[in-house]
Amino acid sequence: MSTASTTLPSAGPAAGSRSFLSRLREGDEIARLVTFLFAASVVLITILLVFELWQGSVLPRHKFGFAFFHTSVWDPVFEKFGALPFIYGTVVTSVLALLIAVPLGIGAAIFLAELAPARVSDTLEFFIDLLAAVPSVIYGLLGFFIVVPLMREYVQPGLKNTLGFLPFFQGPAYGLGFLTAGIVLAIMVIPYIISVSREVLLSVPRDQREAALALGSTRWESTWKVVVPFARSGIMGSIFLALARALGETMAVSMVIGNAPIISASLFSPGDSIASVIANQFSEATGELYTQSLIELGLVLFLLTFLLNGLARILILVTSQRGSGMGNA
Amino acid sequence: MNPRMRWRKFVSNFMLAMTGVCALVAVSVLFFILASLVYHGGTSINWNFFTKLPAPVGETGGGMANAIVGSAKLLLLATLFGVPFGFLGAIYIAEFSGSKVAFVVRYSADLLNGAPSIVIGIFAFSIAVHPFKHFSTLAGGFALGVMMIPITLRSTEGFLLDVPRTLREGAMALGASKWKTIATVIVPAAYRGILTAILLAFARVAGETAPLIFTALGNSYWSHGLNEPTASLPVMIWNYAISAYDDWHRQAWAAGLVLLTLILIINILARAILSRGISVPR
Amino acid sequence: MNASVRSAVSVNITPPVTTGASREATAPAQLRMTISKVNFWYGAKQTLFDISLGIATSKVTALIGPSGCGKSTLLRTLDRMHETVRSSRLEGEILLDGKNILAEDVTLLRRRVGMVFQRPNPFPKSIFENVAYGLRINGTKLPMAEAVEKSLRHAALWDEVKDHLHKSAYELSGGQQQRLCIARALAVEPEVLLLDEPCSALDPISTAKIEELLVQLKDLCTIVTVTHNMQQAARISDFTAFLLTGQLIEFSPTPQLFTKPSDPRTEAYITGRFG
Repeated sequence: MSTASTTLPSAGPAAGSRSFLSRLREGDEIARLVTFLFAASVVLITILLVFELWQGSVLPRHKFGFAFFHTSVWDPVFEKFGALPFIYGTVVTSVLALLIAVPLGIGAAIFLAELAPARVSDTLEFFIDLLAAVPSVIYGLLGFFIVVPLMREYVQPGLKNTLGFLPFFQGPAYGLGFLTAGIVLAIMVIPYIISVSREVLLSVPRDQREAALALGSTRWESTWKVVVPFARSGIMGSIFLALARALGETMAVSMVIGNAPIISASLFSPGDSIASVIANQFSEATGELYTQSLIELGLVLFLLTFLLNGLARILILVTSQRGSGMGNA
Repeated sequence: MNPRMRWRKFVSNFMLAMTGVCALVAVSVLFFILASLVYHGGTSINWNFFTKLPAPVGETGGGMANAIVGSAKLLLLATLFGVPFGFLGAIYIAEFSGSKVAFVVRYSADLLNGAPSIVIGIFAFSIAVHPFKHFSTLAGGFALGVMMIPITLRSTEGFLLDVPRTLREGAMALGASKWKTIATVIVPAAYRGILTAILLAFARVAGETAPLIFTALGNSYWSHGLNEPTASLPVMIWNYAISAYDDWHRQAWAAGLVLLTLILIINILARAILSRGISVPR
Repeated sequence: MNASVRSAVSVNITPPVTTGASREATAPAQLRMTISKVNFWYGAKQTLFDISLGIATSKVTALIGPSGCGKSTLLRTLDRMHETVRSSRLEGEILLDGKNILAEDVTLLRRRVGMVFQRPNPFPKSIFENVAYGLRINGTKLPMAEAVEKSLRHAALWDEVKDHLHKSAYELSGGQQQRLCIARALAVEPEVLLLDEPCSALDPISTAKIEELLVQLKDLCTIVTVTHNMQQAARISDFTAFLLTGQLIEFSPTPQLFTKPSDPRTEAYITGRFG
C-alpha cells in the first residue's frame, strides 16, 4: 500500500512532500472507509432481513410451534393458522414442474452442448437467457388467459378420459389448479436448468467423450453414459437452483393455482402455494397473529431457498473440480 | 452390421433428435410469449393507454399513465438506492478488503439474491411501511433497490477483478494513489461490464410485482411525491388480469407487451454493450 | 523441398521389408493398415500433405517429429477421431485389412482400432466399470468379471488392483491410470491400438513399465504410437516414420532410421539439431 510513496519524486522540501503523502493516504483512507460503509451496509441489510423475518413471526412461532407445519386449518376468523395446505401446494407444484422441466431442460442442454455447432448453440442460449428474463407476471398473464382455458377444454378432459382411473386425474376440470401451476412453473424454470447444465456439460474435458467414442460408442452412448455422468453433480446443482426458483415463484402461480387452501390428491384440484397465499392475503391481513403467520411462511420459504441455493453451489463446484482431475468419482 | 449394432445406432439417432426437439420447444416458448402479447395486446396500445388514468370500473377508455409514471419513479428510486451500495460495495471487496471480509459480503449478497421476491416484499414492509403506517413509493423503491444490490455487487466485483494486474501496477508506479487508480483507471476499464450489470439488474426489477404489492401497493390516481402509494405496470397487469372486465383484460395484455418489450430491449442492449468487448487489451 | 527428396519420399510407402513389390503381392497379413495419399485440412489450413505409409501387423510403428509436425493429426485419422472437429477435412484412403475405413461405419471401426490418449482419462467410475465399459456397450462372449481380469492382466495392472476393483479409478496413480486406460482399450479386443504420446504425462518409472508393456502387446494387436521422445521410439518400435510440417520425410525400420537415415532432415532431427 505504501508503494506510492517510494516512487514519488521528492519535489520540494520534506514538509511539502509529507503533506502531499498524508493527503494521498487520507484520500485512500476516506475511499476505503466510504466503500467499507457501503459494503458493510449490504451485510447489515441481509442480517436485518433475517432478523425481521424471525422477529416478525414471533407470535405464531410461540403459539403454534411446530404444529404450524402439520395443521391444515387456515382460519383467519378464529385465528387458527396451519400451513400444511400451502406447503403441500408448494411441494406438489414444484415437483410437477421439475418432472416436466428436468427431462426437457437436460435434453435441450445436451443438444446445445454436444450437438449444435458453436454459433447455433450461442444463439439459442441467447434466446434461453431472454426467456429467463421474462417477468413472473407475464407468465401469469399467459398462464391465466391461454394455458388455463387449454387445460379446461382439452388437456384435463383428455387426461380424465384416458388416465381417469388414477387419483391424480379425477375431479372437475376447472383449468386452474395444481397441474396448470406445475406446467406454468415448469416453463419458468427450464431456462435455469438449460443454461447451467449446458455450461457444466461444455466444461467436461474433451478426452472423456473421445475415450468413449474410441471404444466404439455411438454418439448418444458417449454423451449419456460418459459425459452426462461426469457432469452429474453440476446438473443436480442446476436442478436445485430450478427448485429454489420454483419454490419462490409468486405471481404466475397465484394467477393459475386457484387460491384455495385445499389438500387433494387430484392434480385438477385448486390449491395454493406459500408464496401465492402471502401475496394474496398479506395486505388484507387483520390482526398481528394473522400478519405474523404470513411472515412465518415467508421465513420458511427463505430458509428453504437458502438451503437449496447453497447445495446447488456446492454441487456445481464439485463438477468443475472433477474436471481438473482433483475430485473423486 | 448385426441387429444389436443397428438398434444402438437407431437409439443414438432417435435420442439425439429428441434433444433437438427439446431445445426447439424451449426456444419457441419465447416467441410464443411475444406473439401472444402482440396478438392480444397490440391493438390496445394507443394514445389513451399512455396518457389516461384508469377509468372507473366498467367504463372503457382508461389508460395506464399513472402506472407508467409510477414504475418510472420506482425504478429511479431503486437505481439510486441499489446501485451505489452494489457498486461501492463491490469496489470495497475487490480493491480494499481482505478475503475474509470479502467472503462475508459476497455471501450476504448471494443470500439476498436468492431470497424470493415476496420475502423481500415482507422485509421492505417491516422496515419501510409498518413503522410509518402507510404504503409509499419510497417503500417500493426500497424493496426494488434491495433486489438490485446483489446483482450489481457481484457483477461489478467480477468485472473489476478482471482488469489486468498490469494496468493497476502501471498506474501505481506512476504515483497514483489507490483511490485515484480505481477512479481513473480500473473503473473506466471495467465500465462496459459495470454498465451491463446495472442494466441487467434494472431489467430484472422492472418486472417484479411481489415486492410492490405491500410496499407501493397501488393507486387508481396520480401519486404525488414519494410518500403516497403508487400504481406500477406489473401490479396493474396483475390486478387487471384477474379482474372480471374485458377492457381491463385487454389493457393487461397491452401493458404486458410494453413491459416485456422494455425488458427485452434492455437485456439485448446490455449484452450488446458487453460483447463489443472489454476496453482493456488482454 | 526439392524434387529429388520428394521422389525419395514417395517411394517409402511400405516398410522396406517388402521392397518394391505391390501391397497385394506381399502377404496382405503383413500390413494391417495402409495410409494412401492422405491430405488433411483444419478449416482452410492444410496440415497433412500427401502421406502414404503402411502399418505392419503385430509390429510397433512409431511416428516421430517436432511439435506441430502432424504426427498426432495423422494418428487420429486412423480411427477417424478427427471427425469430432467440425472443420476437419480428409482426402485420400485409409485401409484396414484392405477395406477403406472412411467408407465403413465409424462405430464399428473404433471397436477394431482403439486409442489411448496423452493424459490418462479414466471415466469417473470404478476400476472395474472403466474396463467393463467397452464390453457393456459392445457385448462380450466371456462373463464380465473374466473379461475384465483378462484385460487388466494384459495391461500388467491386475496384481496391483485385483483387490480394489470397485474403488474409483481416480485413486490410482498417473501411471496406473494410464495402464487402466490401456486395459480399457484392450477389453474390446482391437486389432490395432493407437497411442498418442502415452507416457508424456508420466514419471520415468511408469514410462518404463508402459514401454515394456507395449512391446509385449505386439502379439495381441498392432501398435501405432506417437512419441516426441526419440529414444523411446528407438527402444520400442520396429518401424519409425519421421514427419516434418505435415510431410512424411522418411519411413524405415527403426534401426535403419536411427543409424543410417536416408534424409538429411531426419539426421538433423535425430541428432538434435532442431525440434
